[in-house]
Formats: sequence, C-alpha cells, structure tokens
Amino acid sequence: MARNFQLTPEMLALVGWKSQPWRFEVTTTGVRAFARGVGYQDPVYYQAAEAVAKGYRDLPAPPTYLGLPMFVPGLSDDLLPIAPGFAAPLQHGLQGLLDGGTEIEYFHDICAGDVLTGVRELKSLECKESQALGTMLVVTLETVFTNQDGRVVARDRVQALYY
Amino acid sequence: MELAWENIKAGDELPELRKTPDLTQLVKYAAGSGDFNPLHYDPDSAPAKKIGRIIVHGRFKYASMGQLVAQWLGHRGRIKKLSCQYRGMDFPGEEMVCRGVVASTRQEDNQKLVEIDLWVQNSHGQKTSVGKALVSVA
Repeated sequence: MARNFQLTPEMLALVGWKSQPWRFEVTTTGVRAFARGVGYQDPVYYQAAEAVAKGYRDLPAPPTYLGLPMFVPGLSDDLLPIAPGFAAPLQHGLQGLLDGGTEIEYFHDICAGDVLTGVRELKSLECKESQALGTMLVVTLETVFTNQDGRVVARDRVQALYY
Repeated sequence: MELAWENIKAGDELPELRKTPDLTQLVKYAAGSGDFNPLHYDPDSAPAKKIGRIIVHGRFKYASMGQLVAQWLGHRGRIKKLSCQYRGMDFPGEEMVCRGVVASTRQEDNQKLVEIDLWVQNSHGQKTSVGKALVSVA
C-alpha cells in the first residue's frame, strides 16, 4: 500500500512520451482464432463470402480485436500481447497493478489483410486515493492504429492503476 | 427481427448473452488474443495460487460485451466506441450474463447514433464489469 506516493517532476516530464511504431497484423487466421476464442457463431468472422455479403472487404475484426503485435522472440513479451517498447519508461516503484479499464474508438473498418501500425503515447499521470489501496498512480496510455493506407482506424485508451 | 432505427428507444434491452466459459474456452481465447497469462489456465501458477483459482480474462468479458452489441446490431451499423471497466473476477465453469440497455439515441452529422449501457453479471447478480457502447445504425 502506497501511503506517501507522490508524482515527481521526472515522472510528469514523461507525459507525451511516445513509443516507436510497431506492426499489428490482422489475418484471416487471426480473426477466426479470436472469434473462436470469444465464442462467435456468426459466419461473417469465418467465411470471406459471408463477410463480403454483409459489406466488409474481408473477415471483419470482431469488436476489441485490433490484430496481434508482430511477435519477435527476445523482443516481445512472452506471455502478453504487448508490443516491444510499449511500456512507458516510468520509474515509480509501485508493485501492485490493476487494470483500470479500456476504451476503443473506431474510425474505419478493420478487416483481415490489414496491417496496422500502432504508436502508444503516455497521455496522463494522476494520483487517486483509494481507501483499500492507499494512493494509486493512474497511468493513461493511448495507442493510435493506422492502417496500410495511412488511415487512422482505431484508438485504444487503457488505464493502469499502480498501488 | 432485423434492427430498425425507427424502433430503437431508450430503455430497450438487448437480447442477453449467456456464457459459461470453461478452461478450454479460456485456452482458445488465450490463443486468439495472445494473452497467455497463466492466471487464466494454470491453477498451479503463482498468480492463480495467490487468488486461489484461475479466473476469466477481463478482456474476454470486454470482448463478450462487444459480441453482445455486434449480435444485436447484426451488421446493420458499426460500433464506434466500446469501453469496459472491471469491477470483479469471474471464474471458469460459472455462468456470466452479458446485458445491455439502450441509454439514448440521437442523430448527429447524418449519423443515427445509439448509446448503450453494458454490463456482465455473475450468477450472484453482481456486476463484475461495466461498459458503454456507441454505435451508428445504418
């Protein structure tokens, strides 16, 4: 429990930090695997002809699926789908971590065959008091996804709560 | 019945989506999402032992909220925004119910927009995740 945690000027100076771009691939196999993992029965996520009949270019990415970051052994996280270099270089010393929530905003369809480039930005840092956990550091990170045609297709905003 | 803008009004309930994800489902989700945190499939892993059992991926619940909205929408529109906050854990083998209620409708910039309140509740009726969706209806 962090009773005396405070934001430092060094931490606040990192607001606006951006990651290097990373490649996120949306493939037919990937869309099917995600749809299967969630439990979709809708053929639109499995058969291209069904997807085209519903007005998509190819299998659409199911809601919350933004492809998978290209995996590179030794660079990528071995367990989590977090792109290399997407962790902001914050030194806060807090050990506890909670997922504070996620919001995805869509601007265009994302379909199998798309190759997205993601860039993550540290949007804000703030402290919040929790009766149970003491002072929490709320880290808001935003990833903008641009497709192969240069169109911004989605923005993913996550909040990590450190305590 | 196909979705029609004219018939959508605040207070409408989306057809609920009931799931009882088992270990196999969570392994499938891990493969599809790339989230291989052993907390979700290995009861002998350190994080699972700390909690006492394995738990459903929070993102599985988020994706299921998206599925609820997508199934209601029936490809007659698009999800523009989808959010989720986690309030509690869900466990494999236990039923979770994804539910949604239309919060408001409006027309803006030639778009027919619907805001939806979403949640996942466990078998005790507790809301373990809450969220919101903004969709445009064709």
